[in-house]
Amino acid sequence: MHELPQNLANGLFLGAMYGLIAVGYTMVYGIIQLINFAHGEIFMTGAFGALAVYSKLGAGVSIWIALPLMIVGGVATATLVAVLAERFAYRPLRNAPRLAPLITAIGLSIFLQQLVWGFPGNKSARVFPSLPGGPFHVGSVVFQSADIFVVVAAVLSTLFLAYFVRSTRTGRAMQATAQDPDTAKLMGIDTDKVIVIAFAIGAVFAAIAGVSSGLRYGQIEYNMGFLNGLFAFTAAVLGGIGNIYGAMLGGLVLGLAQTLSAAYIQYIPGMSQFGSQDWSGVWAFVILILVLMFRPQGLLGERVADRA
Amino acid sequence: MRNRSLLVLTAIAATGTLTLTACGSRAASGASGSSSASSATTVTIGVDAPLTGPLSALGLGIKNSVDLAVNTANKTNEVPGITFKIEATDDKASPQQGQQNATTLVADNSVVGVVGPLNSGVAVSMQKIFDNANLVEVSPANTNPALTQGPNWGTGTKVRQFKSYFRTATTDAIQGPFAAQFAYSTLNKKKVFLVDNKLTYGVGLVATFKDEFTKLGGTVAGQDHVTSGASDYSSTVTAIKASGADFVYFGGEYPDAAPLTKQLKQQGDKIPVIGGDGMYDPTYIKLAGTASEGDFATSVGAPVETLDSAKTFIANYKAAGYADPYAAYGGYSYDSAWSIIEAVKAVAAANSGKLPANPRQAIEAAMAQVSFAGVTGQVSFDQYGDATNKQLTVYGVKSGQWATIKTGTFTG
Repeated sequence: MHELPQNLANGLFLGAMYGLIAVGYTMVYGIIQLINFAHGEIFMTGAFGALAVYSKLGAGVSIWIALPLMIVGGVATATLVAVLAERFAYRPLRNAPRLAPLITAIGLSIFLQQLVWGFPGNKSARVFPSLPGGPFHVGSVVFQSADIFVVVAAVLSTLFLAYFVRSTRTGRAMQATAQDPDTAKLMGIDTDKVIVIAFAIGAVFAAIAGVSSGLRYGQIEYNMGFLNGLFAFTAAVLGGIGNIYGAMLGGLVLGLAQTLSAAYIQYIPGMSQFGSQDWSGVWAFVILILVLMFRPQGLLGERVADRA
Repeated sequence: MRNRSLLVLTAIAATGTLTLTACGSRAASGASGSSSASSATTVTIGVDAPLTGPLSALGLGIKNSVDLAVNTANKTNEVPGITFKIEATDDKASPQQGQQNATTLVADNSVVGVVGPLNSGVAVSMQKIFDNANLVEVSPANTNPALTQGPNWGTGTKVRQFKSYFRTATTDAIQGPFAAQFAYSTLNKKKVFLVDNKLTYGVGLVATFKDEFTKLGGTVAGQDHVTSGASDYSSTVTAIKASGADFVYFGGEYPDAAPLTKQLKQQGDKIPVIGGDGMYDPTYIKLAGTASEGDFATSVGAPVETLDSAKTFIANYKAAGYADPYAAYGGYSYDSAWSIIEAVKAVAAANSGKLPANPRQAIEAAMAQVSFAGVTGQVSFDQYGDATNKQLTVYGVKSGQWATIKTGTFTG
């Protein structure tokens, strides 16, 4: 068990990244009850946007100057894609039956993947720059600069979001729209604008997650959004979809569940074949099912049935 | 109203089908009749590979290499009076799509042979369809031994599965044990941690490696399976570190191998990662950076630089200006296509210079006799349809490049 601290740290880093992506699912769902399955691809375009900025800068530029520019580039790309998707794919279907935008989201996801795949050089994985420094040793735990980046980014983003939703005018308008879009509209809130902002904030978080994924693993690929998007969506449901703190918490729980199950399930007598990394996804979903059985609204979810 | 539109649709579909059939029969009659005149007969070599999706880099390399072989044959007038063209289909690495493509290719009478597929899993769904039509299929990349030698090949009961199936790739039954001998005897490493990516190729490779390695006396410190495309291998890396293994044997392709080796070395465990031909790619070094230093990969055939034919292939490929590189299986794809061309040549030669009305069965029979100096060495097939070229090479990463370490043949 001596590697327990290392596994906890691994789970934390992975969970922070899931949490950042999950915020986008949960915000959009909270406001228009749409599960935006193309959100994993927003995460992917964010990473590619950052890489595009990096390759334009050339090799001579220090990573510490390049990194902020890359984040800006990634965020700009992802936000643009998300806002365009909202305007042209989802808004025309705002009042259509629930299934129509859902299927549109799946179609959009495939479209965005193939779009990025079509760029020259994107047919196999692309090299992403990594941060210098490290590895750092704290006790028996070893971690990299990029791991610090993802944790700091997740904490700052959550604090910013909490401030934004609670204390700004737009944030309060967002809460009102989530509670009742029709009444919010009657009160003079431009709900269309609020929805665009929800998509944009989700995209900003996803782009930051995309950059941290690139920094941590050193490579990005056009289909990186699929698995990560699926797990982030699970994290959002686990934490209580519609609740932004729930998304972060769900991400952390899911990340820890995956790493710990991969490391320790195999040591339970009789369970040796159910351990290791290939079963970690299964255990993540087992936890999801258990949570939903006893708390159908998710860990932090409050309302589930107020609007069916 | 609904019925009427259905009727119209059916009518359109029927007309379309009839037109297509007409085209098909015209092509066929052209193939049999017109060759007495000097006008060239055109026959088709089909290609089936993933042309979109995660494995498209490999698939496009296969398609382009076959295209190069066909163009070369046409330019040098390899088979007098016969012009070749290619018909490429995209299987998206899916067995269902592969089966549909096989049916389409079989239905086209001008198709005399097919190069593909890339994935062993896809091959399983295509073999029977091609076999029923006696249409020759030559895979440049399938390495699963069961495809040619039957499900019980491991226990020594080898049975030829399909007489129309051939391959230029060497099977995992040879590559895994070759790597095991190299690690145990040459590197003197006795404790392995096995990792695969749960795909047919990786699982098969690890299994054959494990058998030979334990037979030699090595120990398996642990085993893990990762999800292809997941990128986060932190728990596997922690397990490898805790197991105290001397090296890691990885069964899978470079997009999964690169993050694994990177994360392993970042965590301070500087042991080599050894893999198969799926890992032997320049992109592996590009993705993993300095972390790949000291890793090894086995690959089939002798090193490319030592073969003149390979140099010509690479030069011609560059000159043709394809948008995508020939990738790992380019040479094998070229040889696969060329073996079909050689078989067509033999059939035409035995039939006074022209192809019979339905040449498929004759071409299938001629494949067994095919033997020529190809890009990857001497190309011919044994009684199971496997390549007779069983030479393998170990490559190692030295100062950011794959360097040849050892070439040999696995025996026994």
